[in-house]
Amino acid sequence: MSAGITRPVTSAESVGWRIDDIGPDEMILSMGPQHPSTHGVLRIELITDGELVREARPHIGYLHRCFEKHCENVDYPGVIPYTDRLDYVASMGNSLGYALAVEKLLAIEPSPYVSTIRVIMAELQRIASHCVAVGTYGMDLGAFTPFLHLLRDREKILDVFEWTCGARLLYNYNWIGGLSHDVPDGFVRACREIVAEFDKVTWPELVNLLIGNRIFIERTAKVGVVSRELAISYDLTGPNLRGSGVAYDLRKAEPYCGYENYEFAVPVGEGKHGPLGSCFDRNWVRVVEMKESARIISQALDRLEKLEKTDVREKVPKRAKPAKGEVFARSEAPRGNLGYYVVADGTAVNPYRVKVKSPCFTAMSAFHHVARGVMIADIIALIGSFDVVLGEIDR
Amino acid sequence: MTPAEICTKLQEKFGADVVGPLVEAASPFVVVTTERIAEVAAFCKADPALVLDNLLCLSAVDLPKEKDQPRMEVVYHLFSYTHFHRFALKVHVPREGARVPTVEATWGVANWHEREAYDLFGIVFEGHSDLRRILLPDDWQGHPLRKDWTDPEFYNGMRVKPTEQMAERALKGEEFGTGPFKHDPDNAHVPGSQA
Repeated sequence: MSAGITRPVTSAESVGWRIDDIGPDEMILSMGPQHPSTHGVLRIELITDGELVREARPHIGYLHRCFEKHCENVDYPGVIPYTDRLDYVASMGNSLGYALAVEKLLAIEPSPYVSTIRVIMAELQRIASHCVAVGTYGMDLGAFTPFLHLLRDREKILDVFEWTCGARLLYNYNWIGGLSHDVPDGFVRACREIVAEFDKVTWPELVNLLIGNRIFIERTAKVGVVSRELAISYDLTGPNLRGSGVAYDLRKAEPYCGYENYEFAVPVGEGKHGPLGSCFDRNWVRVVEMKESARIISQALDRLEKLEKTDVREKVPKRAKPAKGEVFARSEAPRGNLGYYVVADGTAVNPYRVKVKSPCFTAMSAFHHVARGVMIADIIALIGSFDVVLGEIDR
Repeated sequence: MTPAEICTKLQEKFGADVVGPLVEAASPFVVVTTERIAEVAAFCKADPALVLDNLLCLSAVDLPKEKDQPRMEVVYHLFSYTHFHRFALKVHVPREGARVPTVEATWGVANWHEREAYDLFGIVFEGHSDLRRILLPDDWQGHPLRKDWTDPEFYNGMRVKPTEQMAERALKGEEFGTGPFKHDPDNAHVPGSQA
């Protein structure tokens, strides 16, 4: 599997392709960073031959704020609000990953009550995040209605988050060793209503309107095929990897927060309407995953009702100061395996080094491989199918 | 395979180039000499008993105050989708003029990870096909994740760092909008807020 872009830049002083780098009949096209379907500020440089894309090169960094340097200058709990801003569509998953990593360093085991609430929040967030992912993907391809329906249903989940911790987008909810707030009275009933409505209305509607739609299938099923080898070599994870037929889910393979106690399936792409690993498969996995998340939430709610209520801040350390050591911990965020490499030097209350392995970053690094030889219009279908959030790529 | 078994296997194959014993941490790792990291990487992926076909993360760490030797480290976290085991490799490089052979021929994702390490730490990856800055602007000077980094005063002629006079005035209670000038006594436990 060759790694680089096959057509290097010839002129040394230039960071982009110049007229010398392209052949006759070819044109350099700059897509973004203000293009609405790049899901943020992503710029892609394309060499096109008519409608065909010969070569593509993503340029990232427009949202860079050096998150990793920030982390070195605040204490361990102080990092959590920054993690929320990585993947701002799925903040719960980000702070959960970081909390799990630091808990490993500090050897804290949160109570089952806390873990169960974390599972519920993470899965609600997964549904909300996939609503945005699949909804905006449909919108990129010209289907506007499903987007509105999905945002309407996501709103209900955000309402629950707001009710619990006061924030709708950036929650600062998963703390090291615990949670910022206990769930309010009536939380279980509200969640049950969301799940029931999701099963009865949202999901069938999504399947009927979008995923099962003939136009949608024709538009996505033969586009952007990612093979298993490419996916593994470029560290594609989450729905992108499972779309290529690899049934690997951290919630099953390396369970955390007690995921081993829940019954759920790991959906993989089936290649029903075309080659395996196409844009359709990746989105199909997301859609089925939402259904599985709803299943997990129902089971977790049953569990929560039976569990004895404990103080959710009971194990939150007053002063987090881990011994010298390092950990690489990963968790299954909605967009894939989110890894945190945290190094503690044993003397300070702030982390020595925090590195985030962002699933969107690795997915984007494979982009030039998949984009080679597709039509310009399919580039749009391709970016959306990887479900990238630029806040997480640029960090 | 357990990390200890993987380590033994690497030591058998590469002898003294696998430096020292396995370090038992939360994520166990072994240190490898810089010159042979690309070979070790290729072996890790190709060997049927290892098949570490996935590079989970490539990170660099700057350690200027390390007692035995100030250095930088490059850490490779590996995973196998065949055997489902994890392992980590480390190389030690000098802080100035660090050069590490690239592993992008083994794992495609290393291409961008190495560009990031070059961008933020200044580590040069030899043989890399496209070693450019990735997150910072192309005309940026310096490598901000190094521990000896100081914020520049100007960027392309624009003042980006507050002057000392401004910081002093802010400490006396003058307000300059929001940002780092505000001193909040309630936040005194956060390092850096008690300027």
